[in-house]
This record gives sequence, structure tokens and C-alpha cells, in this order.
Amino acid sequence: MMIKHLLSIDQLSTDQIDLILKTADSFGEVGTRTIKKVPALRGRTVCNLFFEPSTRTRLSFELAAKRLSADVITFTADSRTSVSKGESFKDTALTLQAMGLDAIVVRHTSGGAPKRLSQWVDASVLNAGDGANEHPTQALLDLYTIRRRFGGIEGLRIGIVGDIAHSRVARSNIKAMTKMGAQVTAIGPPTLLPVTAGSWGIDITTDLDALLPKLDIVYLLRVQKERQVEQFFPSLREYSLFWGLDRRRVDLMKPEALIMHPGPINRGVEVAGDLPEMERFIVADQVSNGIAVRASLMYLMLGGSQELPAPEHS
Amino acid sequence: MSPQPLPSGIPNLPAGGADETGRAWVVLDELDVKRALVRMAHEIVESNRGTGELVLVGIHTRGVPLAERVGSRITEIEKMAPPVGALDVSFYRDDVGIRSPQQVSTTDFPFDVNDKTVVLVDDVLYTGRTVRAAIDALVDFGRPRLVRLAVLVDRGHRELPIRADFIGKNIPTSKAQEVRVHVEETDGVDSVVVYDPRVLGEATESS
Repeated sequence: MMIKHLLSIDQLSTDQIDLILKTADSFGEVGTRTIKKVPALRGRTVCNLFFEPSTRTRLSFELAAKRLSADVITFTADSRTSVSKGESFKDTALTLQAMGLDAIVVRHTSGGAPKRLSQWVDASVLNAGDGANEHPTQALLDLYTIRRRFGGIEGLRIGIVGDIAHSRVARSNIKAMTKMGAQVTAIGPPTLLPVTAGSWGIDITTDLDALLPKLDIVYLLRVQKERQVEQFFPSLREYSLFWGLDRRRVDLMKPEALIMHPGPINRGVEVAGDLPEMERFIVADQVSNGIAVRASLMYLMLGGSQELPAPEHS
Repeated sequence: MSPQPLPSGIPNLPAGGADETGRAWVVLDELDVKRALVRMAHEIVESNRGTGELVLVGIHTRGVPLAERVGSRITEIEKMAPPVGALDVSFYRDDVGIRSPQQVSTTDFPFDVNDKTVVLVDDVLYTGRTVRAAIDALVDFGRPRLVRLAVLVDRGHRELPIRADFIGKNIPTSKAQEVRVHVEETDGVDSVVVYDPRVLGEATESS
């Protein structure tokens, strides 16, 4: 039985995550066909509702919905929409509700916005990133990418490097990776490491060089440049000196260890300019797997019987 | 409605064997299944006049091992191995949104189907809806010259104008009954069992 809304990784059991990842394999195969489309969600309408800029997530959801033959409409809150005329989030939601949608993919600057939306509309709500809270589909596509490369997730040592405290990608990934049995360490400037990390079931360190030889995966987070304005670290140069990945640090890694990044990449900050072209930097894998995982999720969430129990998330 | 587990040992009985409650009985045993597949292999080769342009496509789940076995029988007869593929029809079903999604298996077509004679292979032909979905899925891969259908069991009760070209065994059933095909690859034994939940046995409480 699948959930109605996907707001947080917390909602998913390991069995449900397994089902999502296994089904994604089938959508990976669909993506290799000449006709990259199946009729499963024909006649359903999916709305991309984006209150924050996005390239890969929005395009990925759109492609995933189209692979399932759903109709896709896109709403970006900018000067061309009613949001610029002062329409509230609730009124936007009620407008969408009146249009009879089957699913709303929402990205918002405020944490909790997708959950609020799920209380106002009948459609399934999929969280595509809410403030510093969660980005569950990113975590699922990362799990899928790891599983395809390593055959499994359990027992792997994963280091997440960067702004852990403000990152929704980190929050969702830490939940998802630890749930699936990986051993996660957060690495970064002390000001950007969460104070309560002990309760997240992870280790914390500021010393990247010491940890690198032990890791199977180095997961780099994007350095949000606005954080530097808020003075969480003195300068971008200092950040890359201590926590940026360069050739010297790559040589410290295990030969089979991989580098991941949710994008967009700041070359020269969290990663040296020429590294993203390395074979072990698998960001392109993450992007293409994202389509299969999101298709799998929409198929499982929307393709099920309509008499699903109330969402587990309360 | 999730299928009830069969009483243990039932699938291993010889044909005609039944459990003590009388709710499950074996219609085809291991030898019967083997003979049926050999005969179907001969019929397929005969109607195709050899293995030229012939491909077999098993429908997940139990159609896949059955297709592989028919393929090996054809290889023994004709000394030519027809390509065998696997098709999952979940995304093409007409009950998406009505029943909850099942585990999806991976479709695997290591060959071109254009201008081929495609024999779809499944375990049981019942309403015909799976076969309808399979034909839709198949044509997404190309334009076969002919599409044929081979099933181990035809149990009747069609809801669509679909019929099988090669049939292992016709088993007249009631809609209340279930037909369970077991294959060695997934179930450890080859047999076809009919299960009738309406038969009230003595062992109802003890299980």
C-alpha cells in the first residue's frame, strides 16, 4: 500500500522504499525504448507548482509524468502569475483544487508548505523541496543511484559534506540513508553542522581529510552563497580550502569510492573546477535516475486504488 | 482479495490428487506440464514452418519461465534457438487506478520485433485483459508481422475478443475458483492446481 502524499522520508517504510526503487528499474528500461512512454496515467493531470527556482527537479518531474502519459501543467510563481498580484498560498491552492488535479508537485521557500497544501486539496501532494525541511525525491533518487552502483545501501559509509544545517537535501538523505542501513557522517564548518545531530543517528566531524579514506561515497552539498553573507564562514576561499574537494583529496579516497552532488554545482567552491568531469563523479547518473524514480513514485502513488487509507503523516 | 496459501504438499501430488478438505486439487502434474509444453513447442514450429523470424515473449511472472522452456524444446526439435524476451504489462493494464499496483518486473527485449512472428506466452488465459495489455505493450516496441498466443491453461470466462492459438490444457472452471500454475523456477515444482474456496472442508478451523 502506498502513501497518498509524499511530504517527508519519515512516511516511508524500508519496504515501501524498496518497492519504489525496484519499480524505478522498470522505468529505467522504459527510458531506453524508442517510445519512452507507457499509458499507465493516461488522463491524469499533474501540476508542477514552483515558488522557488529549479531546473532539474522541475524538468525531471515533468519528464517523469510524461513518461506515464499524464498531462502536465506548470506554475512558477513569478511576475506573470497571480502570486505577483498578492494572491495567498491558500487561494492559489484553492484555485488549483477547483481545476481538478490528480497530483501537485510543490516546491516552496517555506518548510511545511507541502503539508499545508495537502490539507487544502484532494490531489496527491509531492514535496519537491520545502525550505530547509526536506527534499524526499532527491533522497530517493540518490538511494537508487547508490543501489545501482553498489548493489545495496546497507553498511556503506557515506560522508555528507557542507551546509548540513540548512540543507533539505541533507535532511532527507540522512533520514533515507540511515533508514536503509548506511553509516552517515556529516562534515563541514562547525557553524553549519546541526547542534542536535546526535539525535539524527549520524557522526559529525570537521576533518574531511581524516575521513576521506574510509568513505564509499562522498556526497557534496552545494554551498549556498547567501550563507556567506550571513557569516557562517569567513570566505568561499576558506571554505574550499578546508571542505572543498580537489585532486589531492580525491587521491585520499578509496579507488572505488564515488562522488555525488545534488546540483547545481558551484565549480571552484565545494568542488575544484575540473573534477565534475571525472568518471567517479556521478552527478549525471543522479539526474537520469531522477526521472525513473519520480515516475516510479507517481505510478505507485497515483496508479493505486482510490480507496487508500488516510495519509500516515499527521 | 489476496490469494489464500494452498495446503502444503498439494502442488507436489500427482494429477487428480486433492487435499483432505477437497478445496484444492491437482489438474496437471509435473509430467503433464512437461508433455503439454513439448506439444505446444511442436505446434508452434509446425504453424511457423520452422523457427524463421520466430520470437517468444513471456508475460511476467510465470509466462517468462514457460517461454524459456518452450524455447528450449523448440531448440531441441529444430536445432535453432528462437530469441526469448520478457514483458511486464503493469503499465498497460486497464485496471491502473482500480487495484493497488503490484510489484513490477523488468521488461527485457534483447531483439527487434519488427516483421517477426511473436508468440506471447502466459500461464493462464482468463479474462483476456492481460493479453490485451501485452499486445499494447508489444506494439510500442515495433510492428510484428504476426502475434500469436500460447497459454498453458485456458480456463474460459473471456471478457474481451481474445483467444489462444496454442493451448496446453483447457480447464473448464467457475469464476469463483482459482487456477494456480506452479513452475519449478519460482515455485520449486511444476503443477496446475484448481482451488475452490466454496468447498467447506473439515479442516477449516485447524489450519
